[in-house]
Amino acid sequence: MAASERLVEHFKTGLSAPICLTWELTYACNLACVHCLSSSGRRDPRELDTDEAKRVIDELQAMQVFYVNVGGGEPTVRPDFFELLDYAVGHDVGVKFSTNGVRIDRAVAHRIAAMDYVDVQVSIDGVDAASNDHVRGAGSFATARRAMDNLAEAGFAGFKISVVMTRHNVDQLDALKALADDYRAQLRITRLRPSGRGADTWDELHPTQEQQRQIYFWLLDRPDVLTGDSFFHLSALGAPLPGLNLCGAGRVVCLIDPVGDVYACPFVLHDRFKAGNVREAGGFTRVWRESALFTELREPASAGACSSCGMYDACQGGCMAAKFFTGLPLDGPDPECVFGHGERALAGVGAEERPSPGPGHSRGPVFVELTRRHE
Amino acid sequence: MSFDAERPYRLNPKVALRPEPFGALAYHFGNRRLTFLKTARMVEVVRALEHHPSARAALRSLAVPEREWPQYERALAALAESEVIDGRE
Ligand code: SF4
Ligand code: SF4
Repeated sequence: MAASERLVEHFKTGLSAPICLTWELTYACNLACVHCLSSSGRRDPRELDTDEAKRVIDELQAMQVFYVNVGGGEPTVRPDFFELLDYAVGHDVGVKFSTNGVRIDRAVAHRIAAMDYVDVQVSIDGVDAASNDHVRGAGSFATARRAMDNLAEAGFAGFKISVVMTRHNVDQLDALKALADDYRAQLRITRLRPSGRGADTWDELHPTQEQQRQIYFWLLDRPDVLTGDSFFHLSALGAPLPGLNLCGAGRVVCLIDPVGDVYACPFVLHDRFKAGNVREAGGFTRVWRESALFTELREPASAGACSSCGMYDACQGGCMAAKFFTGLPLDGPDPECVFGHGERALAGVGAEERPSPGPGHSRGPVFVELTRRHE
Repeated sequence: MSFDAERPYRLNPKVALRPEPFGALAYHFGNRRLTFLKTARMVEVVRALEHHPSARAALRSLAVPEREWPQYERALAALAESEVIDGRE
């Protein structure tokens, strides 16, 4: 369709404000998931305080950013979380926040069920305690289920259950969908990227080629399952998955991190993709509209090694973050290219060539014992 | 109720329009859906609706050539369907 192709071209050259803005409110987290994209754990002393956060909301209102995806860390552990939530909603900025459920007791569930323009997304990574806690830590499944029970009991319709797809839960897709249906919740599945602590665990956790196909065909049959458009590299397998099939980093997507740094996307917490800080003159608006990095990302991208691929229009070479943190060139195939070009390219990348995401805000080494699991 | 170009419409009060290089982005605060108005002309038409006794009168006031009316009316019908515009009395 000519009109929508034109529209996608506009998305590539940038919009007056982001469509999909993620705002991580704190690096503090009660959990230490092995694939945490932001390597969260400890609060950062430089985090935006309540007033600074409100100034950001004022800016978002002025820019007509109609909603933000709030995350962390665990955003609900901020003492001013509800104050900021109320402030955002009162300023025409709707909020969808991601939580591991730790603070969603009955009273909180009732409170948010009564709010307009607030949506909740509870994260799990497996359909039972064994498979979930393996990735997210002991007790985390029970915490999430209790939060879901409380939300359902409070009459919160259509909250989201969000699952990062790994080698160990692809076979649980039907069971995860059934769990969401039981709660009258909406299932959301997203792609694992080698970002944050995910850089250390991606090799072992990311779905196999066969499982990628499984995810693709499962999704094609279930257009009601949300994906955050994160599986568009799989559109190279045939019919495109619904959604925007392009990497939106710096074009329609961006991240404001807890200390106010603005990155091209939540999965690229690295200096290479830092565009500025909301505390600088001109604030977030100037970073979004004028930063050198975002201007660069809105230039036409070269297809590089993908240019000979007949499916480039569908897949666009995949995810920039996935390429970057696995050490692949940004203008070439995704590490999970469905035709195996990424795997072949990865074979030539030494571990020392992968950019380090740094220690981030992890509380200490996260001991990963993934290889013990048989499946 | 299906769209009728002879009836009066308006931008749904729950919808905000954000100007963009291609036209505008419409956000419905109730159902949280984003819709794209793909041309600047379409944005003008949507904004004009509330000042005219019918959708067609709005098109006429903006001097949209009559042969283009069917395509605008189809687009307006789609916008009514997604509740970006609604009928008024
Ligand atoms: S870098 Fe990856 S996760 Fe980020 S916007 Fe692009 S495709 Fe999405
Ligand atoms: S070669 Fe590139 S464009 Fe083609 S499917 Fe692989 S990643 Fe996508």
